[in-house]
Amino acid sequence: MRGWMKDSAEKAGPVVEARGLDLVFQTADGPVQALKDVNLTIDKGDFVSFIGPSGCGKTTFLRCIAALEHPTGGSLTVNGMTPDEARRKRAYGYVFQAAGLYPWRTIAGNIRLPLEIMGFARDEQNRRVKDVLQLVDLEGFGGKFPWQLSGGMQQRASIARALAFDADILLMDEPFGALDEIVRDRLNEELLKLWARTGKTIGFVTHSIPEAVYLSTKIVVMSPRPGRITDVIESPLPRERPLDIRDSRAFIEIAHRVREGLRAGHGDEM
Amino acid sequence: MLRNLVPVLTVVLAIVGLWYLAAIWMNATWVYDQAAREGREVMLVDLVTETLHQERPVLPAPHQVAKGLYDGFFGQKVTSKRSLVYHGWVTLSATLLGFVMGSGLGILLAVGIVYNRAMDMSVMPWAIASQTIPILAIAPMIIVVLNSMGVQGIVPKAIISAYLSFFPVVVGMVKGLRAPDGMQLDLLRTYNASGAQTFAKLRLPSSMPYLFASLKVGVAASLVGTIVGELPTGAVAGLGSRLLSGSYYGQTVQIWAALFAAALLAASLVAIIGLAERIVLQRMGLVR
Repeated sequence: MRGWMKDSAEKAGPVVEARGLDLVFQTADGPVQALKDVNLTIDKGDFVSFIGPSGCGKTTFLRCIAALEHPTGGSLTVNGMTPDEARRKRAYGYVFQAAGLYPWRTIAGNIRLPLEIMGFARDEQNRRVKDVLQLVDLEGFGGKFPWQLSGGMQQRASIARALAFDADILLMDEPFGALDEIVRDRLNEELLKLWARTGKTIGFVTHSIPEAVYLSTKIVVMSPRPGRITDVIESPLPRERPLDIRDSRAFIEIAHRVREGLRAGHGDEM
Repeated sequence: MLRNLVPVLTVVLAIVGLWYLAAIWMNATWVYDQAAREGREVMLVDLVTETLHQERPVLPAPHQVAKGLYDGFFGQKVTSKRSLVYHGWVTLSATLLGFVMGSGLGILLAVGIVYNRAMDMSVMPWAIASQTIPILAIAPMIIVVLNSMGVQGIVPKAIISAYLSFFPVVVGMVKGLRAPDGMQLDLLRTYNASGAQTFAKLRLPSSMPYLFASLKVGVAASLVGTIVGELPTGAVAGLGSRLLSGSYYGQTVQIWAALFAAALLAASLVAIIGLAERIVLQRMGLVR
């Protein structure tokens, strides 16, 4: 399975390709350079983390890929198309920082939402809802309302919602940012399993160095004012990662390099 | 239940007590005048009995109003011109028609305001201006104009009623339709949802709690509008005409009975909407 995917990835070219990407926001206080000369290639099956302090443009870049923001310069392609074409083809699922489940829909109803909008047949909807509930380990909770679930379970449901229509790309904007450390560890582990099972390409924004190193095949270190990429680290860690890999020498070395990158990015601003 | 009942009953008893005292005090002048004319002294007992049993008191006592209400509701056939059921129905039917028209218009305007930039900029000031005009001033004109166009009966009153009730619905629905935050709208954008889908799946359900809150205000305003519509036109039927004829002939008991009938009607209408609200929001899982 994995081998087949690798082949098709090589033929299909990069999933996301940014060349000299610029984004300037016009604000009341004058223009703000949110992204400056961003160059990045994301290949099929990559797990890419974006890490950096607030205002470094990591969320903005993710939103550019999702065509929720529009770059003012440079080029950006998603699956070889413009981001907006990719959005219209429903190329990606997006997970926001808050679960954002509709309180008037059950968990199953929330997961069904994109399927209804995209016009899947009723049987197909039911089948997919059942499948993704199983995938995120929420079987038996489909009939519950969001407020009956814990924060971690709600976030899992929102991941299930993003997975339901089976887009190849999963974009996650600090999905576990509001959760406590213990729940976060569990969800990180589950996310890796899910990634291994589905072979999706994942873009993941985070504040946490251990989270970025533990999850990613590629770590993009960014720094603010103007938002830019300061380092791209290809992780040497194997794809299969037990939690205790975080005590290994390789892990600590990568974490160190990320920290150095973040510090350097901050340094030239002071 | 019982814990709620005690304070409520205490307040009601206090109000009734104050009301009796006020009735004695306000109706006393007449009793003293009467006694002076007949050349007799007024004992305290006489004062109390005579102030509380006048035919046209300045302030009728609670039991007189209660009797007026009872007679109005059960004292005669419901088709009688003296029946509060008859007059209540006349007012209620115009209120309901006006409420449906007003809230329908309110919802449509709100959708327009949320989806159309030109309407967003232009409608709200006019809606606010419309509510600053005294309804008593504009009601006769509406009725005269409509009458000259051959529209009579229930419709003119309903239009005045709608005129008052659309406003809270516009304000509430605009707020409700705009309740979804940027993230929820972005989510639907990532699904490439159409405008109609965004409306049906997100904006409309989000607006339900706001809608019901404004419908409650709107239905009460509808009733006020109908009664006001009945006042200046010499209407022969309806609670408004009951108030008017009561004041022509100094029938204070009749006025108070009609007032209480209107209050009961308003309370029941608000309660019915409250019930609908509970059922709908419970179905939607918004009530825990």
